Amino acid sequence: MEALRKELETLQAEALELVKKSVDAAQLEKVRVSFLGRKARLTAILRQLPTVPPEERPVVGQLANTVKRAIEEGIEARRAALGSIPSDEILRKDQIDVTLPGRRPSLGRLHPLTQIIREICGVFVEMGFAVMEGPEVEWDYYNFEALNIPEDHPARDMWDTFWIDPASARTSTPMLLRTHTSPMQIRIMEQTRPPVRVVVPGKCYRYEAVDASHESQFDQVEGLAVDEQITFADLKGTLHTFARRLFGKDRKTRFRCDYFPFVEPGVDMSIDCFLCKGTGCRLCKDTGWLEILGAGMVHPNVLARVGYDPARYTGFAFGLGPARVAMLKYGIEDIRFFHGNDLRFLRQFP
Amino acid sequence: MKVSLKWLAEYVDLVLPVKELAHLLTMSGTEVGGIQERGNGWTGIVVARVEALARHPTAESLTLATVGLPGERVTVVTGAPNLRVGNKVPYAPVGGRLTDAHTGKEAVVEVANVRGVESRGVLCSEKELGLSEAHEGVLILPAEARVGQPLAAVLGDTVLDLEITPNRPDCLGVLGVAREVAALTEQRLRVPDLAYQEAGPDVRGLAQVEILVPGLCPRYSASVIQGVAVGPSPSWLQARLAAAGVRPINNIVDITNYVMLEYGQPLHAFDYDALLGRRIVVRQFTSGESLRTLDGIVRPLEPGMLVIADAERPAALAGIMGGSETEVTGRTTNVLLESANFDPVSIRRSCRALRLRTEASSRFDKGLSPAITTLALRRATKLIVESCGGRAAHGVLDVYPLPRDPIELRLTPVELRRVLGIELTPAETRSVLSRLGCVCREDGRALLVTSPEHRSDIRIPADLVEEVARLIGYDRIPETTMAGHLPEHAPQPMRGLIERLKDLLSGCGLQEVITYSLVGRLLLGKTHPEAEPGPIDALRLANPMTPDQEMLRTSLLPSLLECVATNLRPDEPGLCLFEIGCVYLPREAELPEEREILVMAMAGPRWQRQWNEAPAELDFYDLKGAVEEVLARLNLQGTRFNRIAEQGLFHPGRTAAIDWKDVRLGLMGELHPAVARNCEIRVPVFLAEFDLEQLLNAVGVDFLRIEPPPRFPAVRRDLALVVEERVPASELLEVIRQAGAPLLAGVELFDLFRGHGLPPGHKSCGVALIFRSPERTLTDAEVADIEAHILEQLGAVIGARLRG
Ligand SMILES: [Zn+2]
Repeated sequence: MEALRKELETLQAEALELVKKSVDAAQLEKVRVSFLGRKARLTAILRQLPTVPPEERPVVGQLANTVKRAIEEGIEARRAALGSIPSDEILRKDQIDVTLPGRRPSLGRLHPLTQIIREICGVFVEMGFAVMEGPEVEWDYYNFEALNIPEDHPARDMWDTFWIDPASARTSTPMLLRTHTSPMQIRIMEQTRPPVRVVVPGKCYRYEAVDASHESQFDQVEGLAVDEQITFADLKGTLHTFARRLFGKDRKTRFRCDYFPFVEPGVDMSIDCFLCKGTGCRLCKDTGWLEILGAGMVHPNVLARVGYDPARYTGFAFGLGPARVAMLKYGIEDIRFFHGNDLRFLRQFP
Repeated sequence: MKVSLKWLAEYVDLVLPVKELAHLLTMSGTEVGGIQERGNGWTGIVVARVEALARHPTAESLTLATVGLPGERVTVVTGAPNLRVGNKVPYAPVGGRLTDAHTGKEAVVEVANVRGVESRGVLCSEKELGLSEAHEGVLILPAEARVGQPLAAVLGDTVLDLEITPNRPDCLGVLGVAREVAALTEQRLRVPDLAYQEAGPDVRGLAQVEILVPGLCPRYSASVIQGVAVGPSPSWLQARLAAAGVRPINNIVDITNYVMLEYGQPLHAFDYDALLGRRIVVRQFTSGESLRTLDGIVRPLEPGMLVIADAERPAALAGIMGGSETEVTGRTTNVLLESANFDPVSIRRSCRALRLRTEASSRFDKGLSPAITTLALRRATKLIVESCGGRAAHGVLDVYPLPRDPIELRLTPVELRRVLGIELTPAETRSVLSRLGCVCREDGRALLVTSPEHRSDIRIPADLVEEVARLIGYDRIPETTMAGHLPEHAPQPMRGLIERLKDLLSGCGLQEVITYSLVGRLLLGKTHPEAEPGPIDALRLANPMTPDQEMLRTSLLPSLLECVATNLRPDEPGLCLFEIGCVYLPREAELPEEREILVMAMAGPRWQRQWNEAPAELDFYDLKGAVEEVLARLNLQGTRFNRIAEQGLFHPGRTAAIDWKDVRLGLMGELHPAVARNCEIRVPVFLAEFDLEQLLNAVGVDFLRIEPPPRFPAVRRDLALVVEERVPASELLEVIRQAGAPLLAGVELFDLFRGHGLPPGHKSCGVALIFRSPERTLTDAEVADIEAHILEQLGAVIGARLRG
């Protein structure tokens, strides 16, 4: 009796497991036939019923019927669940061409200069710099005079300038289109006390014949850090970190002496040419190095001009051209593409 | 500046390979822009001696030159008119390589038959050697050249192309560069010998010098040489000048140029006998005078410009160019040589006013040291005496009214550490500065430093710090991270808004463009529909480069339209563009207002032709959708679009003002067809323009409340409402919103129908009403009640009714 009961229970568990695994009507039918059909095991057990003692017959009979009903219900439920889904055989014939072009959402793009300026500023923001902006039309005072470049200074030749017609400016004080973002050094220091850590992106203008590497309008990112105890070593460390973040961690930097009237010592930073890895090629004009930015320790005359005590404060400043960075990064050969706004150019950027 | 290494080597031993030397110069501030190896291509070319010259038997203009080489003689046919027996000349044998004088390309010398005479080889001109463009005659080599010697050994050289920064006028001469090289490589400098025989009378008896404006001429030195023979310069000197790109003129002028290239100090030679009163007066030009310069031009000098005059009249434009009446010519026998120092500002101003720059002025305007006038003067006088004959007067004239006292600067290890971030001992600092010629005294741990007199750029201790840094090399300074507190940063709301807008707009499918801030009249003419644009109140450039960039824009739309016009191409997707930038609005005696503006444009196909979409054109509502999305994302609740007419370059029937509360944020609409035609645009263009100052004022005013997700289901009812055409959709929706409050959670216009079955002048609007309560599931009866109230209001306020 007990053996029979066990057998029935095992049978039910096995049947329901197979029902669960069935994925179409054909398989279900097989399960039904093997468990409930005329030659099925349950049928065989029921046939043994006369051999069971009469007093146990009703119990066993009831148990067998329960098992039979449970299997039947399981099959019915599964059949309903599988119901409307056609078989894989049918599904296999219901194909689409997965190689047809997709329906792409129409995302816009930021101008490459916006992207590169964001990237540059982002690196400095991580180092605690704020981003500020300032006027593109400037006084001679901020663009030159306060930056240690008085009128008729020989260094003025370094910046060919667009001057504003005094009649349209309604003033006789010399007004110009800023030739660099450096005037913001003065404006920022006039407005705040140290510590200062600022980067300034913005448009600049130069009276220059336009060619593949010169534009009359271009962007610059200026940087300025002033505090007690800021050293040339900090300048090197900060700009080296910047170069590695922007151009890759294996980038080497080279700092050489250069001259800008508003810094001293003056610096020109290059990175090793990523095209030839420093062995010399056309991109780096066979030097192995690519000039990236000009920098230096803020000149004591500039600090004194804005009322910072040069004996107490030191600082560094730098300036770089995002277009040049983008040109190097993407192998662009003509700077005029940036303001040409030919969408066939702009649409290639990420 | 081009510097010959052979010349450089006269003053300093060059102990490093060229590349290393160039690297050292570059790193220390004198950038080497290029290294040219002269003579690399002179394969097979050797020195030969002209042994005999004979006329060609049949061709009058040709010469048969027999030249001697070690162990052989060769005859060459040449057209050169300048050969003399005994000349040393460059000879290219058969098989040698040179530059073809006509094609400029490299050519191999072959045996030639010139009018019946065999010619074996070529006697080379400068052009054939690639030295210069000169091809009138054969290059005559210095007499010292040995027969058979490779030409490269005689004339071969390495030339460095140096970029001298404006602060280092002392490096504008080979000697100055040699001094720099000596300091960098720790070698000794060999200065030229300045002693010469002063055989003539006392110079003070021969001429007088007077400076009337010492502020403009700190020093004037002069010497007199009598009995010179003006003629061609010796060949070595000509070769030096040619290598530096200076054309030889005559021995006197060539020597002044040579010494300028050597010392960086410009000199001028006067014909002594042409100087009236034997006087030099340094003074300012006065009106009524005139001066013809060496180039034969009468210059329009202005009163106040500095001139060198004799007793009566201006004789030279000081520091810029000599005068033609006192110029040294073939007839000159006595020479007064000037070596002076002029105020750089005065020189610059005169040059600018006269639009004239010369080799001399471009040195003086950097601010030369007054200390070198007498050195250069003695050097030139010596060379004249040695190569032009003549007797130099005894002594030199030297007027130096305000000699600069040398300044002693104090430099401490603390200061070096404070600026550079490294520790240097006084001994090391002292050794570095001594290499530059500084004289150092110790004062405790500090150094008292007197810089050499040719370095007039060293004025403050910071200048010494830079000198120390560049001499020890920037590589020696470590890389550190800034210490100290992070500054507190003021918020930059406009910058934040602009960055956010750029993200939103590109997310809405618009491409950013950046156009020029400078615009021209031609462009503005196109975008003004009226025939005459009238005077535009804009800032103009005093010195525009081109007519299309002559003034600062006061609107971004013209440039954006230009961008649309150039980018509309058949079979390309339509344009969805935006730009954020400034307009520049003039103000009275102030910098202009730089106002941030956003402009947007859409035109052309809505999408590229594709297999699964029907073609469609971008329209007003594409642009409006983007505008609505952006404003919604900025949480500007309740912005309104009101139709307005007559707005500049917009279509008078298809333009809306975008208002928020009582603030006008901007405009949007279709481009006026007349403007479109002017701009040669053949499809409708839709434009929007926002004043970001106004937008910034509106952003952040409304509080953005975030609600929990709804817990109860919504009920949706669709209505077809018939209403008169003149009722704008916004009014219909507003009536529904007001009547449906508070359980009407939303209303959407999903269909618009005009035509058959409707009364004339009416339209049918399909509207979906969404009802929801935050507290319970609404019953059908409740919804029906609100719906009835809405319909009642629609009828009462705007005469709308359900479509039958
Ligand atoms: Zn390279």
